[in-house]
Amino acid sequence: MTDMTVLPAATGGRSLWADAWARLKANRAAMIGGAYLILMAVLCIFGPMVTPNDFTTINQDYTRVPPRLSAYPTPEMIEPSLEDAVKKGRLELVDWSQDGSLITLKVASKREIDERVSRYIDRSDMFEGTAVTEMAPDGKSATMTTGVQQKFFYFGTDNTGRDLLTRTLVAGRVSLTIGLLAGIVAVVIGVLYGAAAGFIGGKTDEAMMRVVDILYSLPFIFFVIMLVVFFGRNFILMFLAVGAVMWLDMARIVRGQALALKRMEFVQAAEAMGVGRWGILIRHIVPNLLGPVVIYMTLLVPQVIILESFLSYLGLGVQEPMSSWGVLISQGAKNMPAANWLLFFPAFFLISTLFALNFLGDGLRDALDPKDR
Amino acid sequence: MSEPILSIRDLRVTFDTIDGPSEAVKGIALDVRPGETLAVVGESGSGKSQTMMAVMGLLASNGRASGTARYRGTNLIGLPKAQLNKVRGRKITMIFQEPMTSLDPLYPIGSQLIEPIMQHQGVSRAQAHARAVEMLGLVKVPEPERRMKAYPHELSGGQRQRVMIAMALANEPDILIADEPTTALDVTIQAEILELMAGLQKRLGMAMIFITHDLNVVRRIATRVAVMRHGEVVEEAATAELFANPKAAYTRELIHAEPEGRKAPVAPSAPVVLSGQRIVVDFDLGGGFLGFGGRMFRAVDQVSVTLQQGQTIGIVGESGSGKSTLARALLRLLPSTGAIRLEGRDITGFDVAQMRPLRREVQIVMQDPFGSLSPRMNVGQIITEGLLVHEPSITSAEREWRAAQAMVEVGLDPSLRNRYPHEFSGGQRQRIAIARAIILKPKVVVLDEPTSALDRQVQKQIVELLRDLQRTHGLSYLFISHDLAVVRAMADHILVMKDGKLVEEGSPDEVMDAPREAYTRRLMAAAFA
Repeated sequence: MTDMTVLPAATGGRSLWADAWARLKANRAAMIGGAYLILMAVLCIFGPMVTPNDFTTINQDYTRVPPRLSAYPTPEMIEPSLEDAVKKGRLELVDWSQDGSLITLKVASKREIDERVSRYIDRSDMFEGTAVTEMAPDGKSATMTTGVQQKFFYFGTDNTGRDLLTRTLVAGRVSLTIGLLAGIVAVVIGVLYGAAAGFIGGKTDEAMMRVVDILYSLPFIFFVIMLVVFFGRNFILMFLAVGAVMWLDMARIVRGQALALKRMEFVQAAEAMGVGRWGILIRHIVPNLLGPVVIYMTLLVPQVIILESFLSYLGLGVQEPMSSWGVLISQGAKNMPAANWLLFFPAFFLISTLFALNFLGDGLRDALDPKDR
Repeated sequence: MSEPILSIRDLRVTFDTIDGPSEAVKGIALDVRPGETLAVVGESGSGKSQTMMAVMGLLASNGRASGTARYRGTNLIGLPKAQLNKVRGRKITMIFQEPMTSLDPLYPIGSQLIEPIMQHQGVSRAQAHARAVEMLGLVKVPEPERRMKAYPHELSGGQRQRVMIAMALANEPDILIADEPTTALDVTIQAEILELMAGLQKRLGMAMIFITHDLNVVRRIATRVAVMRHGEVVEEAATAELFANPKAAYTRELIHAEPEGRKAPVAPSAPVVLSGQRIVVDFDLGGGFLGFGGRMFRAVDQVSVTLQQGQTIGIVGESGSGKSTLARALLRLLPSTGAIRLEGRDITGFDVAQMRPLRREVQIVMQDPFGSLSPRMNVGQIITEGLLVHEPSITSAEREWRAAQAMVEVGLDPSLRNRYPHEFSGGQRQRIAIARAIILKPKVVVLDEPTSALDRQVQKQIVELLRDLQRTHGLSYLFISHDLAVVRAMADHILVMKDGKLVEEGSPDEVMDAPREAYTRRLMAAAFA
C-alpha cells in the first residue's frame, strides 16, 4: 500500500442537487414559470406601495368605472359631476370650459352668492382648489376656477369605487401568503408525521396512519365551517385550517417514501455500522426524502390557493376590506357581464399564477426524478 | 456461406444528455446469418444492448440511431412505426433480462400469449389459444393448458422466462434477440434455460442473437462471437476459434477474467472470531391484524457457523436459500434464536444500544453497488460515516485524511472524495463500499454477493483487492455468493445452503470436486458445465 504524505486536493463533485438544477435550467417552461412567480411576488409585495390609490379608499364619483390607461375623469364625466356639485351649493351652472387640469365655470343664483360656496365643489372627489375669481357686482353670478383631481384606475374600480389594481395586488399578497404558509404548515406537519410513522414502523406506524385515515374521512368544508363558527373569520385561521387538512396527503407520501428508503441497502449499511436512529433519519432518510417533498410542495401550493379561493367564494374566507383573489373573483362574478373587468383581472392573476406554479412543479419533478419521464 | 439475414452497417447510437451528446455505439458492422447463434459479448456500457435496441426501434426518447440495419433488404433504422411493427414482434422478436417486469402482472399469461398471435397471424381466438398451448408445451412449461390461466406472479423466475421465450417464438420469427436472458436466474435454472434455447434454435432453424457478459454462456450456446467494447466491435470470430486463439488483447483479458488462485486454509488453532450455534430466523409473512397472528416463514433453520481469524467462509446456494439472512442474523441485524459469540463474548440477546460499540468489529459489504451508497452524500462522507459513531472525537480534517487513506487502500484516487456515488462505475462503487467497511478496522467483514453485479474483469480486481486487504489486516470474511467460481477463489471453507438448511460443508476441494449431496452435485454441474 502506498502511504500518503500530503492530502491531495479534492476535485469537484456534482451532487444530485446540482444535476437537478442543471436539468431544471434546461427546462424553459419551468424557468419562465419560476420567473413569472418571482415577478408576481414582487408585484404583490411592493406594488400596493407605488400604485396611485389606496386599496380601502372609496371613490364615490368613480363607482364601477372601466379600466383606463389615461387619467380619470373623462371629459364626459366632468359635466354631470360639475352640475351635481354646483347644485349642491344651490347654484346654477351657466357655462364652463376646461383648460388642461383647470376648469373655469360661470355660475348664477337667485340669491347673493357666498364666497364659501366653493367648498361644495371641493367636496366632490373630482375637484380641488376651487376659488371664486370674479364676482358680479350684484352678487348673483360668479366665475370660479377649480382644478381637476386626476385619478388613474388602470384596472377600473369596483362597486364602491375602490381601485381594482391595488385591490388585486393586495389580494395577491393574501393568496400567495396563504398558499405559501399553508403549504409550509402542511409540509412540516406532513413530513415530520409521515417520516416518523414510516421510519418507526410497526404498530406505531399502523396507529399513526389510522389517525390520518380518520382525519381523511372528516368532510373538509364542514370542518372549516365549524372552525369559522367557533373562532370567527380570520386570516391565520384560514391557513391553519387549510394546512391542517392538506398535510394528510403529504404524510402519506412521505411515509411511503420513508418505508421504501428504510429498506434501501445504504440504510442497512449504516445500521450495520452502528449509526443510531437519529443519524439514519437525518443523514439518510430526510435528504433522500427532500426530492419528492419539494415536488409535492410546488403542486400543493396551487392546490391551497384554489382551496382558499373556493372558501372565499363561499364567503368563508378573509374579511373586508382585506381581500384575496377568490373574494375578488366572487365579487366579479356577481357583476357579470356589466363590469367584466371585475372578474377578468383577478381571474387572470390567479390563473396565470397557478399556471406558473404548475409549470415549475412539473419542471421540478422532471429535474429531481428523471426516471419518471 | 449463406446470405446474412440481418446486416448492420455503420450503426451509431447517440444519447442526448445534459452534458452534451454521448455516443454509445460507434459505427459498428455485424452480420447475422440464418440459423446461426451470434453472441454479442462485452462489459456493461459497451453498447451491446443499445445496438439491438436501435435495430428494434426501442431506444429511449433521448437516443438517436443512424446507419443501416437491413433485414432481408429493408432498412429498419428510421423505418416508420407502422412498417416496423410488421417486422418486430413477428419476424424479429426479443426477450429481456428481467422476466419479472417483462410480463404484465394484470393479465394471465394465456391472454398475453394469445394477443400477439392473433394480431400477427390473423387467426381466431380459438386457434391462437391452441397455438399458445402448443408453444408453452414447446418451452416445457408443465401442464400448459392449466398454466394459461396463471398470472405472472404465480410462476417462478425460470418459468416466467420460459413464457417469455414462448411468446417470442409464437410467431415463428427469423431472428430471436435474447438480451441477457439468464442473468437474473439461479445457476441451475440458467443451465436449463440455455439448454432449452439451444434445442429450440436447432429445431426451428431461426437465427439467434445472444447478448451476454458471461463467456461461459457463450461457449455453451454460440456459433459465432462478436466482442464489443466502448461501442465498437473489437473482435469477431467463430466461437471455438475465439476461445482457442483470441486476437484482440481485450478478448484475451475477458477470457482470462475468471478469478484465479486458491486460499490456503487457516491453522486449526486460529482464534474463533465469530460463531453462531443453531441459528433460526423466522419471518412474519403478515396476514394478521395489527401485527398479531400472521403466518411465519422459517428463512434459516438450525445453521451453525464458526469463523476463525483470517478465515473466509463461502456461503453458496440459490436465491431464497437463506444465505444473506444467516449473515444478517449473525451480525444481529435481524432477530434470531441460537447462540452468537463475537470474539468470545456472547452477544445473543444484545439490543441495538448494546451492539453499537461492537458494530465496528463486524462490517458488511452489500451486493448492489448502486443501492448501498446514499445518493445524496459524497464519497468522503460515505466512507467516514462510521467514524462519526465510533470515533466521534476526531476532527473533520482528520476524518477527511482517514477517508483519503482508505480510498488509497482500496485503489481509488483520493482526490475524488468530494464526488457523488453516481459519478463512479459499478466497480468503483464497490471499492467505496469496501473502504467504508475497512476504515473502522473491523475483525469480520460480511461480503454479501460483493461481485455479483459486476463484470467479470472488475470481479477479478475486486477479488484481488479483498484478498490483499485480508492479508494486510488479518480480516475474516463471510463470503456469500451464488457464483461458485468466485467462491472457489476466495474461500477456504464452504457452506452449501438450500431452503434455509445447511446441506453440506467442507473445504472447497471436498465440496466442489467431490460433493456428497445430490443438491450440491446439481449446483456444481450447472456452474462448471
